[in-house]
Amino acid sequence: MAAAAATAASKGNGGGGGRAGAGEASSSRKKKGPGPLATAYLVIYNVVMTAGWLVIAVGLVRAYLAKGSYHSLYYSIEKPLKFFQTGALLEILHCAIGIVPSSVVLTSFQVMSRVFLIWAVTHSVKESGHISLKKEKVKNRLQTPLKTWKLERQTTVCQMAELKVQSEDSVLLFVIAWTITEIIRYSFYTFSLLNHLPYLIKWARYTLFIVLYPMGVSGELLTIYAALPFVRQAGLYSISLPNKYNFSFDYYAFLILIMISYIPIFPQLYFHMIHQRRKILSHTEEHKKFE
Amino acid sequence: RLRGGVWNQEKGDKVEILDAKTREKLCFLDKVEPQATIAEIKNLFTKTHPQWYPARQSLRLDPKGKSLKDEDVLQKLPVGTTATLYFRDLGAQISWVTVFLTEYAGPLFIYLLFYFRVPFIYGHKYDFTSSRHTVVHLACICHSFHYIKRLLETLFVHRFSHGTMPLRNIFKNCTYYWGFAAWMAYYINHPLYTPPTYGAQQVKLALAIFVICQLGNFSIHMALRDLRPAGSKTRKIPYPTKNPFTWLFLLVSCPNYTYEVGSWIGFAIMTQCLPVALFSLVGFTQMTIWAKGKHRSYLKEFRDYPPLRMPIIPFLL
Repeated sequence: MAAAAATAASKGNGGGGGRAGAGEASSSRKKKGPGPLATAYLVIYNVVMTAGWLVIAVGLVRAYLAKGSYHSLYYSIEKPLKFFQTGALLEILHCAIGIVPSSVVLTSFQVMSRVFLIWAVTHSVKESGHISLKKEKVKNRLQTPLKTWKLERQTTVCQMAELKVQSEDSVLLFVIAWTITEIIRYSFYTFSLLNHLPYLIKWARYTLFIVLYPMGVSGELLTIYAALPFVRQAGLYSISLPNKYNFSFDYYAFLILIMISYIPIFPQLYFHMIHQRRKILSHTEEHKKFE
Repeated sequence: RLRGGVWNQEKGDKVEILDAKTREKLCFLDKVEPQATIAEIKNLFTKTHPQWYPARQSLRLDPKGKSLKDEDVLQKLPVGTTATLYFRDLGAQISWVTVFLTEYAGPLFIYLLFYFRVPFIYGHKYDFTSSRHTVVHLACICHSFHYIKRLLETLFVHRFSHGTMPLRNIFKNCTYYWGFAAWMAYYINHPLYTPPTYGAQQVKLALAIFVICQLGNFSIHMALRDLRPAGSKTRKIPYPTKNPFTWLFLLVSCPNYTYEVGSWIGFAIMTQCLPVALFSLVGFTQMTIWAKGKHRSYLKEFRDYPPLRMPIIPFLL
């Protein structure tokens, strides 16, 4: 979903370099666009992001060649992945101050879902060797001549959690999907801002999602699923009653709700992108005919 | 009227109604009284298109312009002998009163389900048990009082300027009110509920805040009602009255919202429950948006609007 939302909400716009709502590539439409200073900043931003995701792509390839296997490649690109994906939070700011003509709400949603997956799932569900302490109630019965006693005491139980998510293959699945998507997306914006968009980039942006979106979603869902046992056992990010603020939060249930939310959201975004593809790529074909 | 065989063409205007999106001619009204109001034209339109009852009609002079008001008179509009009006369907409508009654009755009922610990909410050993904390009983009284007050005000106090709102609003609003009520009620009436840290002192203070704000909110509602005679849609600047609770009008445009936030803050302190605090925060955000809008329209409508007033928080917001 984070993979798809990033492609879906950002529809092609000839000039604005933004996630335009209508996504018309028609030159007859009035484009306000950002001022020259904002444009310069946005070009730099998009170039830096393109470069960043290229670094991640190269890092993955090199690690694969060095290791000889595709397992646990996450560790070799962990830092740039965290840096550049978190950096995308700036895009919310861009919408808020108006230099990018996209909806703040939509952009927030997609960036936050990515950041959530990176930090609250992949990063947080840590390495093996995690020791968790749990309080358990132990019940005993004591038989004395005249009475049977029911006893209850609390003891602390020490458990080794050998569960982690970072070495799961599902992580590689969404990292690859995101990497390819973002390289294309940021170069798309860069070229759009410079008013020189090669058809290849536009084509790539509106075609590759057909494979990358389901790939990314699968990777994300499998990763969350893999994280569940750990979260349950460690009580990660969860608060239980009683406490003085009379509040509780079950991160395990929350993750399940997140997974369920993919069901209505994924098809909507996917078919929207397909619809956009038909509109934008056929439009360009027509333009080419008249050249 | 036919007089001596001559048909007087001057009596009665012509009105044609076109679809704002497709420009399709939907209706042609002949011989409309120049004195006719938009409301009357809407009624005539409904006769030819009964599925579009007046409440869901938006008629305007320009397809992308503002809706004409029901009270506007045909003669006073900038049109020629044939008035062209554009129609937009506002969608299924529901009356404000219905929405308010539904969205307020829900929390009242739902909270009580949790208070009485109806089965399948908490563990079976707690079914129909009662909390041993006084504050839990007090909270139930306050919460119930609040929503009973709201229901009665909807029925007997409020004078609505709009009759209806879009149907989808009732689902949105009810989800919000009912959802939060269930969430709050779950924790306050939970068998593992923890009473406030500072005990009876905290509860007493919170109760005082709550009661004062409830009285304040009610006073403002009454003052606003007296501002507008029954059946009219006149708009006037509200001013403080003899009731000290209304003196907040000196500092704030929408003291009813101020008091409402105050009530919920009181309730949050009384129950020391984080979901209540979150509900207060969300409510405050929404009411601030409404207050700012109301404040802006007051300023636009009245040249002599008191400059000291802020929308919702004295001097600040």
